[in-house]
Amino acid sequence: MEKILNRKEGKLLAERIAREADVKLHECYQCGKCSAGCPMADAMDLMPRQIVHLMQLGDMTEVMKSKSIWLCASCHTCVERCPHSIDIPTLMEKSRMEAQRRGICAVRDVRLFNDIFMETVRGFGKSQEVILEGAYNVTSGHFFQDMKNVPKMLQKEIVRPELNQVNAVNEVRDIMKECEKGGANR
Amino acid sequence: MARIGVFICHCGTNIAATVDVEAVAAAAREFPNVAFATTYKYMCSEPGQAMIKESIEDYNLDRIVIASCSPRMHELTFRKMLKGTKINPYMLEIANIREQCAWVHTDRAKATEKAIDHVKMAVAKVGKDKPLTTSTIPITKRALVIGGGIAGIQAALDIADAGFDVTIVEKEPSIGGHMVMLDKTFPTMDCSACISTPKMVDAGAHPNITLKTSCEVEKVEGYVGNFEVTIKEKAKYVNHDLCTGCGLCQTKCPTKVPSEFNQGIGTRPAIYIPFAQAVPSKPVIDPTCCLKLTKDKCGICEKVCPLQAINYKDETKYTTEKYGAIVVATGYELVDWAKMYPEYGGGKYADVITGLQFERLVNASGPTEGHIVRPSDGKEPKDVVIVKCVGSRDQNKGKSYCSRACCMYSAKHAHQILDKIPGSNVYIFYMDVRTPGKGYEEFYDNTRADGAQYIRGRVSKIFKEGDKLICKGEDTLLGKQVTVEADMVILATAMEPAANIADVAGKLGISIDSDRWVTEAHPKLRPVETQTGGVFLCGTCQGPKDIPDTVAQAGAAAAKVMALLNHDEMETSPMISSVDQTKCSGCGYCVEVCPYKAISLIQVPGRDGNRKVTKTVADVNSGLCQGCGCCAATCRTGCIDLKGYTNEQILKEVDALCQ
Repeated sequence: MEKILNRKEGKLLAERIAREADVKLHECYQCGKCSAGCPMADAMDLMPRQIVHLMQLGDMTEVMKSKSIWLCASCHTCVERCPHSIDIPTLMEKSRMEAQRRGICAVRDVRLFNDIFMETVRGFGKSQEVILEGAYNVTSGHFFQDMKNVPKMLQKEIVRPELNQVNAVNEVRDIMKECEKGGANR
Repeated sequence: MARIGVFICHCGTNIAATVDVEAVAAAAREFPNVAFATTYKYMCSEPGQAMIKESIEDYNLDRIVIASCSPRMHELTFRKMLKGTKINPYMLEIANIREQCAWVHTDRAKATEKAIDHVKMAVAKVGKDKPLTTSTIPITKRALVIGGGIAGIQAALDIADAGFDVTIVEKEPSIGGHMVMLDKTFPTMDCSACISTPKMVDAGAHPNITLKTSCEVEKVEGYVGNFEVTIKEKAKYVNHDLCTGCGLCQTKCPTKVPSEFNQGIGTRPAIYIPFAQAVPSKPVIDPTCCLKLTKDKCGICEKVCPLQAINYKDETKYTTEKYGAIVVATGYELVDWAKMYPEYGGGKYADVITGLQFERLVNASGPTEGHIVRPSDGKEPKDVVIVKCVGSRDQNKGKSYCSRACCMYSAKHAHQILDKIPGSNVYIFYMDVRTPGKGYEEFYDNTRADGAQYIRGRVSKIFKEGDKLICKGEDTLLGKQVTVEADMVILATAMEPAANIADVAGKLGISIDSDRWVTEAHPKLRPVETQTGGVFLCGTCQGPKDIPDTVAQAGAAAAKVMALLNHDEMETSPMISSVDQTKCSGCGYCVEVCPYKAISLIQVPGRDGNRKVTKTVADVNSGLCQGCGCCAATCRTGCIDLKGYTNEQILKEVDALCQ
């Protein structure tokens, strides 16, 4: 197995992420209530519980290589039900950012969707569903994903064909720049 | 003509839901000699009892049958009730229509039929009941405590404080047991010796307590209130009346053998005081390694002793004393893991140690003065693996039970290592973490916060690679094999009863279970009593437990002893066996089967035709007999009857059922 980080580096990284997420990793006693209630668990390769356990062990390589960190929907059901209120979505998010930085991504589509979403916001100051959907379907190769829902969504005005631009595009870009800087520095 | 009353209990719906109680009452009214039969919701309740008493007066009853729960539950209740009436308390039969009928059946019609049969049998038997009276026996107001660990010390102190004489018999040269070997106690981290040695000193100095160290119980005769116990005092080879405990002898002794107190880490001389705070603080000679006693050489201790207290000709002594009550507090030992687990090195790696050895290693008065170092090379370990459930919860190689204290002391060991060795790593392999005690879960939480890494799974193999001990296990929470390179491994080994417990139990006539733990009279309601009257238990002889539970149990056992010794005499159950000595052939079969040693053969004058002869017959000691009935079942001539369960009564029951 290819190790991106050795145990000592992994331990330091896990500790840093836990600190940033305001989580005390040792508090997790592996009861599994998080995984039991996770709506995405079926699609995950490692249970949320196992992500926490790997972080306890300092095995960040396994964490960053997992699909789970990309599939977490950040619904916070796990945190809500956890006997120690361990903030798993934030642990997942921070691990995802670390993985992104190292160019590791176990679920390409999620990163693609994320990237396109960010680009449309950067371009128009607001999310543009039609462009997002179109660009994602074309670049991911899932050409007809969700296509049969389009007429209904248009009819119910959930999406609109016209662009939904904001005036202060530049200000939004500045905010995004600041946020990304902060995120990277944090 | 007997006048029998039959009282059928609904027990709420416990009985009434499955048994048609009214039908049972109607059937009972038809049985011979039944003068009255009725039902009631709760017979054991106060109004229920009042109703029975009234009926006895109103219908002039002279014996009663109560159809209700098991006699173990309420027979005594109803006997007490009868004490206030004109009926003798033993003119009562219980038909168990709850546990043996309502609770185990679903078919109402058949259950009712069976309940009627039960009542029919009880009615047949009660017709042959005879009034029985209790007798009294005097009580010797002294207690014997077997075992001088924390359980025995606590029980002895409590009994002695109540004003009774107590003797502690301890097989080792000092009292203190295992607790005084421990460094700190969870979860409060009290220094174990600091809290146990004052109790040892108290026990040694208490005017009501006699310490008998290096002693064992040789023989127990007699019965509750009147035990005659022979105590074997092993030769100490030092006259403790002369010895002042100056310790000069042990500094000069040339022999060095592994120290039992330090669990084989470190040595002791052949003449030794086991540890600094020993009570009594006087040495004994170990005859197995003393050069003078084994090879008739040396003799240095005799030469250096300023008081001529050494006596190489000392011999084993036996004394017999009377006691009213006995407390069994023989404690535990650790299993011999090396024989059970070759996969952990089977004892060939010096740095694979037990939890108790670690206690000595981390203790300031231990062989390393409290420095945690590897026994092999004296180096400080950085990576330590703790393996739990070694011998516990292992039906194949070890014991099936959980040893209860290991989860907590392992957490304590991890805490101590992380505290004393900066930068150290502790990996704890566990199957479950069990922390059922006040403040225990918090302690476990804190240990994890200290940095102890808990890995769920048993270690499969430990082997040496260079300087390291390689521990291979599975992280069952990840489903992956893990390998930890450790400098030292601590095994949390299972507790088992003292090696000679079967011997002690045999002498006392108490029972032990398949794991050799002493069996209590009732697991919930009589937890410190044994099946034998006057013999109580406390501490780890009954099962694995920690110090708080042991001390609590010792106090409970002491309370039971005090309740017994507080009386000048005690009532005995009249439901014991009696021998018709005119019919007895003196075969002695009953003597052999009696589990309480209550029957003996005696010589009585008899007649053979016109000749006066001496006859050998069985005789029952009413104090010892517990009314089990083995003798009655064994007797070839049928001359032994168990009062309250005579052969005639049993046969009447059978007749009633077979009619």
